[in-house]
Amino acid sequence: MDKGKGVMGSNARRWAVDFSDNSTSPSSRDVPDPPGFSRASIDQDDSTLSRQKKDAESNWKAQKAWEVAQAPFKNLLMMGFMMWMAGSTVHLFSIGITFSALWQPISALQSVGKIFEPYKDSRVELLGPKLLFIALNLGGLALGVWKLNALGLLPTHTSDWVSSLPPAQEVEYSGGGLNLS
Amino acid sequence: MAIRVFLIVLLFLSFTNLTYSLYEDQVGLMDWHQKYIGKVKHAVFHTQKTGRKRVLVSTEENVVASLDLRHGEIFWRHVLGTNDVIDGLDIALGKYVITLSSDGSILRAWNLPDGQMVWESSLPGSKASKSILYIPKNLKADKDDLILVYGKGSLNAVSGVDGEVLWKKDFSGESIEVSHIIQSSDVIYVTGFVDSSKISVYGLNAKNGELLENNHAALPFGTFGELLSVSGDMFVVLDEMRSKIVIVHLRNGEISYNQKHISDLTKDLAGQAVILPSRLPGMFALNINSYVLLIKVTNQGELVLVDKVNNGAAVSDSLSISEDEHAFAFVHYGDNKIHLSVKNVNDWNHDLLKESIVIDHQKGKIDKIFVNNYVRTDRSHGFRALMVMEDHSLLLVQQGEIVWSREDGLASVVDVTTSELPVQKEGVSVAKVEQNLFEWLKGHMLKLKGTLMIASPDDLAAIQALRLRSSEKSKMTRDHNGFRKLLIVLTRAGKVFALHTGDGRVVWSILLPSLHKSEACENPVGLHIYQWQVPHHHALDENPSVLVVGQCGPSLSTPAVLSFIDAYTGMELKSLSPAHTAAQVIPLPHTDSTEQRLHLIIDDKQHAYLYPRTPEAIDILKHEFSNVYWYSVDADNGVIRGHALKSNCIQEAVDEYCFDFRDLWSVVFPSESEKIIATMTRKSNEVVHTQAKVMTDYDVMYKYISKNLLFVANAAPKAAGEIGTVIPEEAWLVIYILDTVTGRILHRMTHHGCQGPVHAVFSENWVVYHYFNLRAHRYEMSVVEIYDQSRADNKDVWRFVLGKHNLTSPVSSYSRPEVIAKSQSYFFTHSVKAIEVTSTAKGITSKQLLIGTIGDQVLALDKRFLDPRRTVNPSQAEKEDGIIPLTDSLPIIPQSYITHALKVEGLRGIVTVPAKLESTSLVFAYGVDLFFTQIAPSRTYDSLTEDFSYALLLLTIVALVAAIFVTWVLSERKDLQDKWR
Repeated sequence: MDKGKGVMGSNARRWAVDFSDNSTSPSSRDVPDPPGFSRASIDQDDSTLSRQKKDAESNWKAQKAWEVAQAPFKNLLMMGFMMWMAGSTVHLFSIGITFSALWQPISALQSVGKIFEPYKDSRVELLGPKLLFIALNLGGLALGVWKLNALGLLPTHTSDWVSSLPPAQEVEYSGGGLNLS
Repeated sequence: MAIRVFLIVLLFLSFTNLTYSLYEDQVGLMDWHQKYIGKVKHAVFHTQKTGRKRVLVSTEENVVASLDLRHGEIFWRHVLGTNDVIDGLDIALGKYVITLSSDGSILRAWNLPDGQMVWESSLPGSKASKSILYIPKNLKADKDDLILVYGKGSLNAVSGVDGEVLWKKDFSGESIEVSHIIQSSDVIYVTGFVDSSKISVYGLNAKNGELLENNHAALPFGTFGELLSVSGDMFVVLDEMRSKIVIVHLRNGEISYNQKHISDLTKDLAGQAVILPSRLPGMFALNINSYVLLIKVTNQGELVLVDKVNNGAAVSDSLSISEDEHAFAFVHYGDNKIHLSVKNVNDWNHDLLKESIVIDHQKGKIDKIFVNNYVRTDRSHGFRALMVMEDHSLLLVQQGEIVWSREDGLASVVDVTTSELPVQKEGVSVAKVEQNLFEWLKGHMLKLKGTLMIASPDDLAAIQALRLRSSEKSKMTRDHNGFRKLLIVLTRAGKVFALHTGDGRVVWSILLPSLHKSEACENPVGLHIYQWQVPHHHALDENPSVLVVGQCGPSLSTPAVLSFIDAYTGMELKSLSPAHTAAQVIPLPHTDSTEQRLHLIIDDKQHAYLYPRTPEAIDILKHEFSNVYWYSVDADNGVIRGHALKSNCIQEAVDEYCFDFRDLWSVVFPSESEKIIATMTRKSNEVVHTQAKVMTDYDVMYKYISKNLLFVANAAPKAAGEIGTVIPEEAWLVIYILDTVTGRILHRMTHHGCQGPVHAVFSENWVVYHYFNLRAHRYEMSVVEIYDQSRADNKDVWRFVLGKHNLTSPVSSYSRPEVIAKSQSYFFTHSVKAIEVTSTAKGITSKQLLIGTIGDQVLALDKRFLDPRRTVNPSQAEKEDGIIPLTDSLPIIPQSYITHALKVEGLRGIVTVPAKLESTSLVFAYGVDLFFTQIAPSRTYDSLTEDFSYALLLLTIVALVAAIFVTWVLSERKDLQDKWR
């Protein structure tokens, strides 16, 4: 299996027999072409074929890349639905969902390169899908943060900062009261 | 970090039930209850051959009790009201205990075996007078056994069976001050003085109270003290110079008297003589200096000195041991022992009993002695003596030994403070405390059985016993959670006790030598107890100490007494008797290098004296000189004054520890419309966690947190008395919240138609107070919360993120922040004896009010019920925030009585102390009884519960580890097999 793969792989060829002679110069040919044979057409045909194949591959890659880039959108919708289901009170379920909603985009963003690795091709423009992917994930992240905020777990209010402040010290001290006994 | 803690608290709060309660088997785990009776005034023995031997006592705490003579336990006990002072106690008809109380106006009969009240009769009268209870033997009127009661200026003959008043003779018209009732067959003689120099005798018919005769005899001189009955018709009294004894003889209503100089009886004694009030047939005891003279009165009215006892202590009443034999006991001191002698009145040379007893000298001298006899198997007489000691404790002595003793001084706690226990030292092994590992394991296995519900009833009993006598809670070292502490209490007798919070035992006690009677200090009383030295970090090798402040008499003008006591050993470190008085003691918020707290003692001439008297203390005070203020509340004149330190005293004698004050401000309340009835401040050691209160919409209100706030409640002068004396239109209650540095009135509010008594508690930025609403005929509680408006514009989050705010910088009261107050009132069912609030180490845990109810129980009420934000229909967000819908009255949930089924009889005060564990607060309630418990207002969110099964946890872990190991081995084996295939 491995060997076969190696043969098929475009970069790892050890040897090859090229049955199609690409040389167009007549001097290099020992035998004249048979009558009715037009070399040019074959050449053209052959090159068209390989180009078509490559085009298809890159097209397929680009298409796949776009698909991958759009995948978080579905995720986003589902997350949104689950968040809506979780409600706005702080409990185990809503906290779990919110944190997974935050964690997924972050982990996805960390591995952007790896995700688009298979579709890397000199002829495939990956910037667009990548940007879309990042944008969608950022959207997911924003959704998570929004949810976090909705749950009141973000220190966006004065109260979050003030509640840990100790009371101010007093300069003066006063004591006394009613007389003893 | 704090947000996280807050979140956790919030999370747990949402799970918390509103009530704090415990299960039946948790009673006694963390709480203890001790029953006392107080200092015994009267004692009557009831030692019939059949039935249990008991002694009936009445005490200065207005308790009537029946004690087991064998063990000193209480059979039954009744605590009468604080105004219902018991004047007389006796047994009638052999089955009723008769008490006379409230200045001779209430007579009650209690069933002797079980203490149930049989009857009560009220004997009204107009004139205040001495009250006498006299139960004659075999005196009947129409088959009813008579009880003669003199009180409120009239003589009443009451039937012993049902308490009905059979006849009444009013003496309030005469100017006689009745001192004795004598019965002679069917005639009752009432004797007394008119203007202390004229003896008057009334003879009354016992059957119907008809006046038979009236005789007078004028003495040529005045008299001192009271008439003492020596025998049926003979009395002795001292003349006004206290140098002569007057013998008054009544014979069938005729009065004759003769007199004798004390110096004729004994040559070498001079001084102020006092006749001791012991009733001895044919004898009396006279106290001169430290000598007790026993003087016999012959039938002819001659006086014979029979004995002279040095260091005499107490003489008992006489006791009839057979037909005509009377015995009595007296004690005197000698070589660190107490010598008890019981003698026959008629046969002086013969001792019926002579014993020497060693009594702990911390109990002081003997105050009173009561004797009782029993017949031994050889038909001779044995005696037991009940002794009331100087520290109010009660001892029973029999056959030269102390059979039992009761620490009844603890019934009159004056003040309480706490002290930490010593830190656990290296070398004290755990095994010593935990017995051994086997025992420990066994205990936990039992617990595990209990958890898995496979325990038999025997096991359950064993588990309960194990929990109750857990050695952990009564160790003498500091614990991690701070549950173990010493409660240091000062009692009215001038004795200081240290009680262990684990089981309530007395760790040490000291009868303060500085509070002993002496010539310089006539009637010393202990007033307050303060923490003097609380060693923390750098002074840990020193023991903590407490300061007891007392004074030499009941009035403010008597000099002060200061005593410093080591809190671990109970030794008096030093005592001072300064020349100045102690009108106020102000513990300052500064300590010196040995962690001694600086105290200012202010005398009645408005000088302040600094303690400790060290140069270092002066340096510290000089540094803070301009920031120390003092305020005085003059309730009589309705004035509150503020003062500030000025300079050293200008006196003849230079005293650099003495300072003068200058007056800064005064608040004068209009005396025609307002009278100060209550004041309250925050506790100086209270810890507040945050200055902000978060509203439901994440808005912030800033609490106005100041230690210098004073709550003052003023009532209309007419309505300052009891409830029901004024109509609602004449009554009002005005409350003020003052700043005691500047004298500024922060808040003032009037409650129309309301009156005191006001009980208040001040904590953080709120005050809760309790009063009576005359219009609604109900008690009410109000809450006032004060917020700082000048901080309210601190709303920009970025300023907080960048730390650019000044909310934690020190503030001065002179900055006059703008404040607003929010308040709300609710009805409350009970009348209240005391209110306190829980205090925790960091002030994060929500608060509960501890209300000492009229039923002598302590009720825990969430502060959330007293929240001005309560509305009738709170929004969803508000509900989530824990706001309870507004109701007109505060709920009383039976499970939230922290005293559960117990009563703290005669409840006077509640003290709360924070434990180290944030969730928990220690509560000590005192009155006639003592009660201690731990409470967690928001549950113990920061620790595992006490009944958590560690064994189960351990077992689970072991099982899991075993399972992991087994599955690992199995999977290895399977892998190997797979590879060979």
